[in-house]
Amino acid sequence: MSITPSTEFFVPKLKTDVIISMLGKGLRPSGRRLDEVRPITIIKNYVPNADGSALVKLGNTQVLVGVKLEVGSPFPDTPNEGNLMINAEFVPTASPVFEPGPPDENAIELSRVVDRGIRESKAIDLSKLVIIPGKKVWNVWVDIYVLDHDGNLIDASSIGVLAALMLTKLPEVEVRESGEIIVNRGNRKEQLPLNRSVVTVTIGKISNYILVDPDLEEESILDSKLSVVVTEDGLIGGLQKSGAGYLMEDELPMLINLALSKGREVITTVKNLVKGP
Amino acid sequence: MVGKGGIKLVEGGLRHDGRRLDELRPITMSVGVLKNANGSALVEYGKTKVLAAVYGPREPQTKYMLLPNRAVIRCRYHMAPFSTHERKNPTLSRREIELSKVIREALEPITISELYPRTSIDVFIEVINADGGTRTASITAASLALADAGIPIKDLVAGVAVGKIDGFLALDIDEVEDMYGEADMPVAIAPSLRQITLLQLNGVLTPEEFIQALKLAKKGIEVIYNMQRETLKRKYLDVKVEE
Repeated sequence: MSITPSTEFFVPKLKTDVIISMLGKGLRPSGRRLDEVRPITIIKNYVPNADGSALVKLGNTQVLVGVKLEVGSPFPDTPNEGNLMINAEFVPTASPVFEPGPPDENAIELSRVVDRGIRESKAIDLSKLVIIPGKKVWNVWVDIYVLDHDGNLIDASSIGVLAALMLTKLPEVEVRESGEIIVNRGNRKEQLPLNRSVVTVTIGKISNYILVDPDLEEESILDSKLSVVVTEDGLIGGLQKSGAGYLMEDELPMLINLALSKGREVITTVKNLVKGP
Repeated sequence: MVGKGGIKLVEGGLRHDGRRLDELRPITMSVGVLKNANGSALVEYGKTKVLAAVYGPREPQTKYMLLPNRAVIRCRYHMAPFSTHERKNPTLSRREIELSKVIREALEPITISELYPRTSIDVFIEVINADGGTRTASITAASLALADAGIPIKDLVAGVAVGKIDGFLALDIDEVEDMYGEADMPVAIAPSLRQITLLQLNGVLTPEEFIQALKLAKKGIEVIYNMQRETLKRKYLDVKVEE
């Protein structure tokens, strides 16, 4: 059952009013512009045992994403495609309000929005992940580990997933005549086949003000959020409104265009960071 | 052009069930269908059938989640095990957990919850038969049930899904169109307030297609909204005289 949450991170009324009046002047407590994304850093292949991984910092939000590949069976309706599974854990290290236990509705929503973005935009070329057609394929397990929560977990996670997928190498496989499959994880060579890059860009609304990439303090006083999945070729790969507020009909085109332009900037940044040293 | 499953969804401007692209399925709705609930509604979009019940404002059995300044909304979207082609395991799936959240968040903006501090307004939604558009039918039903329960709301909220099938935008897509189409965009709007309270997109659209899809959704929602209002009025018109 979904229950109206109490404010996770309480911002006093006085401070809320100050933030709103700052927004009116185009300022934010952090000194960012309203349409400015926090600095992104990526530590590549942070987890040696994973087939691909990235530790992403979006400002002070930290997310670790690990990709593991396993040999599995295809689903009956997609006999010649690999399988993609995305899961998110809000680990209790990340925030005083995160409790140990199975993923809550926020973690489930986050992983499902990221999953839909990757899946529907065909970011991964699943047709190239077949080992024995109709019988054996790669299962791509993407696990999102939120380590430190300073707001906008979804964008940090989607950046982490993109970076980790770009860094994923397929382990060498050998198919014996008996049909036995030998996986050699010591030898990862071939890049996971990708079609296009996607990230989510989250736009927050506080009274009538629009801001990109809200931090925890801003997020706590938001009326509503819109997360837009942006593809590198400028398409909308998914949408999710969240939060107890609403969006006005006439402001949507502006929100979408803002997200599309920011998303392409973020994708360029991620690509440069992944290709760089 | 043929959809991703190789099934033709649009032929000569008509869809697989004979509808035009901008045509809703036959919709029926009724309120006050349950005796015990404070408010209830049954809504059908074609073969999709959804029951919503509202209890409250009330003091729930566990009180730790209550808020001092407003009522909390507790919402559960649940599919009956027999509502789908293959039996659905009755335990809540990840999908149902996500939908419970987005449906609650679609109802929060219209509910005047500040009037009932330290109470809970419980919205229970049961999908009786699923043929696409269950979350939007759920929102239509839940807002009717809230009104039927006499809970003060700012507006009704109505939902409909727009899809992209064989390259065309289509209103109120059903399960086949969702499964084999290219995109599914559920939308819920409180029309008098011009507020969008639910917006999701599963699939890829160009920015221009998105604007068109939203227009199409708005058109469908206007029709559904008027039906909601008529349904509520009809409840009070049908006064039975005791002999």
